[in-house]
Amino acid sequence: MGKLYDKLTEDVRFIEGLKACLNCGTCTAICPAAAFYNYQPRMLVDILQTRDDEKIEALLKSETIWYCGECMSCVTRCPRGNAPGLLITTLRSLSQELGYFVESEKGRQQLAIKRTVGEWILNYGYCLFPANILPEMHPEQGPIWEWEYANIEAVMERLGANYQQSGPGILRKIPQEALDEIRKIFDETGGTARYEKIEEFSRKKANELGINLDETLTCDYIRHIYTVNMKDHTQAL
Amino acid sequence: MKIEGKRQIWKEYQKEIAEDHFFYVRSCVRQNFFPGSEKTFLQILKDELHKDIYENPSHTTCSGIGYHSDIVPFETSMTMVARQFALMTESGYKNLATSCITSFGLYTEILNTWHHFPEVEERIRRHLKNATGREFKVPDNLSHASDIIYKFRNEIAKKGKFRLINRETGKPLKVVEHIGCHYSRMFPSKGIGGAEYPYVLTGMIEEWGGEVIDYPERRHCCGFGFRQYLIQANRGYSIACSKKKFDSMRPYKPDFILTNCPGCPMFLDRWQYAISEMEGITYGENGSGIPVLTYEELAGMILGYDPWDLGLQVHQVPVEPLLDKIGIPYDPSSKFLGKDGKYLGKPAVPTFLKFS
Repeated sequence: MGKLYDKLTEDVRFIEGLKACLNCGTCTAICPAAAFYNYQPRMLVDILQTRDDEKIEALLKSETIWYCGECMSCVTRCPRGNAPGLLITTLRSLSQELGYFVESEKGRQQLAIKRTVGEWILNYGYCLFPANILPEMHPEQGPIWEWEYANIEAVMERLGANYQQSGPGILRKIPQEALDEIRKIFDETGGTARYEKIEEFSRKKANELGINLDETLTCDYIRHIYTVNMKDHTQAL
Repeated sequence: MKIEGKRQIWKEYQKEIAEDHFFYVRSCVRQNFFPGSEKTFLQILKDELHKDIYENPSHTTCSGIGYHSDIVPFETSMTMVARQFALMTESGYKNLATSCITSFGLYTEILNTWHHFPEVEERIRRHLKNATGREFKVPDNLSHASDIIYKFRNEIAKKGKFRLINRETGKPLKVVEHIGCHYSRMFPSKGIGGAEYPYVLTGMIEEWGGEVIDYPERRHCCGFGFRQYLIQANRGYSIACSKKKFDSMRPYKPDFILTNCPGCPMFLDRWQYAISEMEGITYGENGSGIPVLTYEELAGMILGYDPWDLGLQVHQVPVEPLLDKIGIPYDPSSKFLGKDGKYLGKPAVPTFLKFS
């Protein structure tokens, strides 16, 4: 049994998610990602149950593990109680732990998620925050969001929010003590270490690729990973 | 089949929903995109159903979107959730009500993990104590907010001023119900009706007079997919999933779509706009879209609340055609006013999607 496989089995989600796959393909049939991307959860589970470290390393460095949307449709349908979607979460964790995520275009995107949702959790206490949902980055949000964004305080007040005020309510200002506790939880449980690894490995990759990466969201590296597909990842029709 | 046997089978797909005294935790997506829905939920529970529901201002995100986009480790998310449990315990509550489906799924996953691996729960208790000094009890009852509205759907119908009937034809409105993936896909026993025949929204629609449409892609994901939407380069996945659903439901001519997940109504609303701009396709009648509602908005409509108090003005697909079908009155001139009556200007009009 290989070292990477051993490492995966340290994650309880891996133990929960991998029984014995009979390769029936039901997960692939139901999978929204398989309908769009060049992706088959069946293949993923099949590779894992070989316990072959070389194959697992290739998987951890591949685009493949970043295609899943974690909708967990596969979990409902698997006749053997496997959970490919859960296995994806363990593979993505290990890929980031080892720095393998920067070897794939889709994996490199993790830095943009860390710099947005990741920082918003710590700074605001919310995964999303309206002032940061810039209309120019979200054309799909349409004119209605442009209108809301331009009038955010008035719209929030009209709809009963307690926008950035103290006390309970919608989009209240989360007390500093609560934000301090979140930060301590991140320090205690490996959340801060995960963020630092994403930054560190991304910095090395940016240097290797010769693309500028600084602290901002507007630098070349972030813009590139956020907006560009250099390869065709989709399923051939 | 004998009726007893049928009841026995159905019993497997029921879940216990607390009667009263809820500790409420909010949804990040809901607060950003449909704030009126959370306000309406609390209004219905407190003013209509006379329930005790409490929100501790110190509660935060559960980190679910960060967890499912894989930047936040499971260990961290479990401890974040443990902190919410601690606030519940300290506030004297035992029944947790979550506004968010991602949170509901994450809470369920964590409780299930702790059930199978008690040593993980012990470790998380130590993490929480070390980081915050807090301790907790796990909830006696975990419900999604839609479970609670489902439980009291009869009372809402009795107090209701409107029903889901086309006032011109006298026929039931045809409704697409869309269940958030993390409501019951991983743990079917935790959702009403399980994963195969989730009944939480269907129960509301039928009780309030409408008719549910069964269409081929009924159970397909809206396409959020966490990282598949959060990153602009991946949004093709997201819009393709929604389009697959719209194409599949269109022949059944739905009057509206009802959702129970915070993200789904936003995507099913906004992607209709994006598809119209990209391909000139609209899915409703005569260039309009299919209105998409949250279950709180629908309950508020049934109860006769002002549509602009519910927040229906922040939908990209206008809801007025549906209000007209039911006969719900509204004042078009106050749609885009602030709380003090100040006119906030009108959003730009889309190229193809009918907006007024």
